[in-house]
Amino acid sequence: MKVKFVALLLGAFVFLFPFYYMLIGSLQAEPDPSVSGAFPKPGNLTLHNYTEINKSIHLGRSLINSGIFTGGVILGTLVFGVLAGYALARLQFRGRGLVFNLMLLIQVVPFQLLTIPLYVLIVRSYGLADSYSGMILPFLINSTAVFVFRQYFLQLPAELFDAARIDGASELSILWRIAVPLVRPALLTGVLLTFIGPWNEFLWPFLITKQQDLQPLAVSLSNYLTTVSARAANPFGAVLAGACVLAAPAVTLFIIFQRRFISTNLSSGVKG
Amino acid sequence: MRRGPLTRVMGEHPVGTAFVTPYVVFLAAVFAYPLGFAVYMSFHDYFFAAPGAVVDRPFVGFENYVTVLTDPAVQRSFVNVVIFLVINVPLTVVLSLGLANALNAAIRWRTFFRVSYYVPYVTASVAVVGVWLFLFNSNGLVNSILGPLAPDPSWLVNSKLAMPTIAIYVTWKQLGFFILLYLAALQNVSKDLYEAAEMDGAGRWKSFLNVTVPGVRPATTLVVLVATVTGANLFTEPYLLTGGGGPDGASASPVLIMYQRGIEQGHPDVGAAIGVLLVIGVLLVALIERRFVGREED
Repeated sequence: MKVKFVALLLGAFVFLFPFYYMLIGSLQAEPDPSVSGAFPKPGNLTLHNYTEINKSIHLGRSLINSGIFTGGVILGTLVFGVLAGYALARLQFRGRGLVFNLMLLIQVVPFQLLTIPLYVLIVRSYGLADSYSGMILPFLINSTAVFVFRQYFLQLPAELFDAARIDGASELSILWRIAVPLVRPALLTGVLLTFIGPWNEFLWPFLITKQQDLQPLAVSLSNYLTTVSARAANPFGAVLAGACVLAAPAVTLFIIFQRRFISTNLSSGVKG
Repeated sequence: MRRGPLTRVMGEHPVGTAFVTPYVVFLAAVFAYPLGFAVYMSFHDYFFAAPGAVVDRPFVGFENYVTVLTDPAVQRSFVNVVIFLVINVPLTVVLSLGLANALNAAIRWRTFFRVSYYVPYVTASVAVVGVWLFLFNSNGLVNSILGPLAPDPSWLVNSKLAMPTIAIYVTWKQLGFFILLYLAALQNVSKDLYEAAEMDGAGRWKSFLNVTVPGVRPATTLVVLVATVTGANLFTEPYLLTGGGGPDGASASPVLIMYQRGIEQGHPDVGAAIGVLLVIGVLLVALIERRFVGREED
């Protein structure tokens, strides 16, 4: 038992240290890569790096862009994903099996093959470059969330639906008044699961946004990293300050709701 | 309930069709159509044109594929992804199963451990790359700890070490997700089997090998598959950690080359051909892995 505990502790150190180092590095006035630099020194602490990165990439604007991108995907997933999940779990209609199998198949289609054709279609044919809709479109409905919604709707007792149908309620009102309130935890899980996708996504928004004032934070930070940082006084400090701002929302959400998050993966892992 | 002919054709709740329509349209527009379009492009002389312009894009057979396969940068990127997978996949399986197994025991601070393993997975790669650059650059913390043992040239600018460093970075970043998959799988291994093994006098290591490892085999198949697909998707890390697949293409991934050829240099047909080859490659690797990991006993 002792050996296992020590192994886990060592693991936790390896996983957490870079995050600690990110925070320390973002607060250092002078970058200090020596071993003693890993410990905070009061004289070398400053918030200057945050103002520095804010001057170059407009953190506020980038965060709003990340928020709109992520919010759009979450909204799309909640509206269309819940409808689809409910129908797949609770309604008998032609083609249900086909849609279900398609949903599973999608999970293994590698996105990289789709990058080029999606770019040609969305940027060249539909003219959606540098727009939020172009950013959101390929991610609009998260299939994993649809799967989670379906699993939760399946667990509700059938009598509930039969009774409502006998009373003459329409399917839409059954979904809205009865089913959705009963699966609120699933909605939260779906939102969390969907959040980390677009919030952390780099390649797609990088491809389709050239205007700086439309770029989500992941894209503007990486542009800073590849082009501007070479000319900055303390490039690492500024990059790490930006990294902290980008990481903070996802990490905070995850720590607050960690129970939800972990049980999702557990159940989809077991049942999937 | 009376079942009329309409019910037989449309099902009991035809309104279900309306409910799934947005999702089906989404799947068709974002997955099915682009998938077919990628294959189409790869067999045609496809180039960017002004929207609405009528241009001739003749069928060229395998010409794009010949261009791709004879391109040394593409060849190098496929070798790189193999190096990546050879390091990343076994390391991922061993470390995530080991840590999940340790975590599965009744141990103090379980929540703390689970959260700390999961944090890199939920964080944007762009953010974490920043700190890895700081840790692994020539006079970074890792090299100052190693002192005279530090590699020269340093990790990310060394053509032999750049790809392995990326492979280790990705293993570290994704491990939390796989630990959770294994944790779930471990709940399904019957306690009786452990008791039986104990009765036969098997020690802890023996029962791990003979009970745990076969017990979580379906999860291992999934872990190997997901790790392979993630590896084939590699883009952000070579783009940012090694400054665009450097040194001299030693850490370029196929997706990075696909982006350079397809979009930067304006040859979407060549890019699409790289994508098609990459997917065929992933399918082949997945089939081979399935043979080895999948079902040994049946």
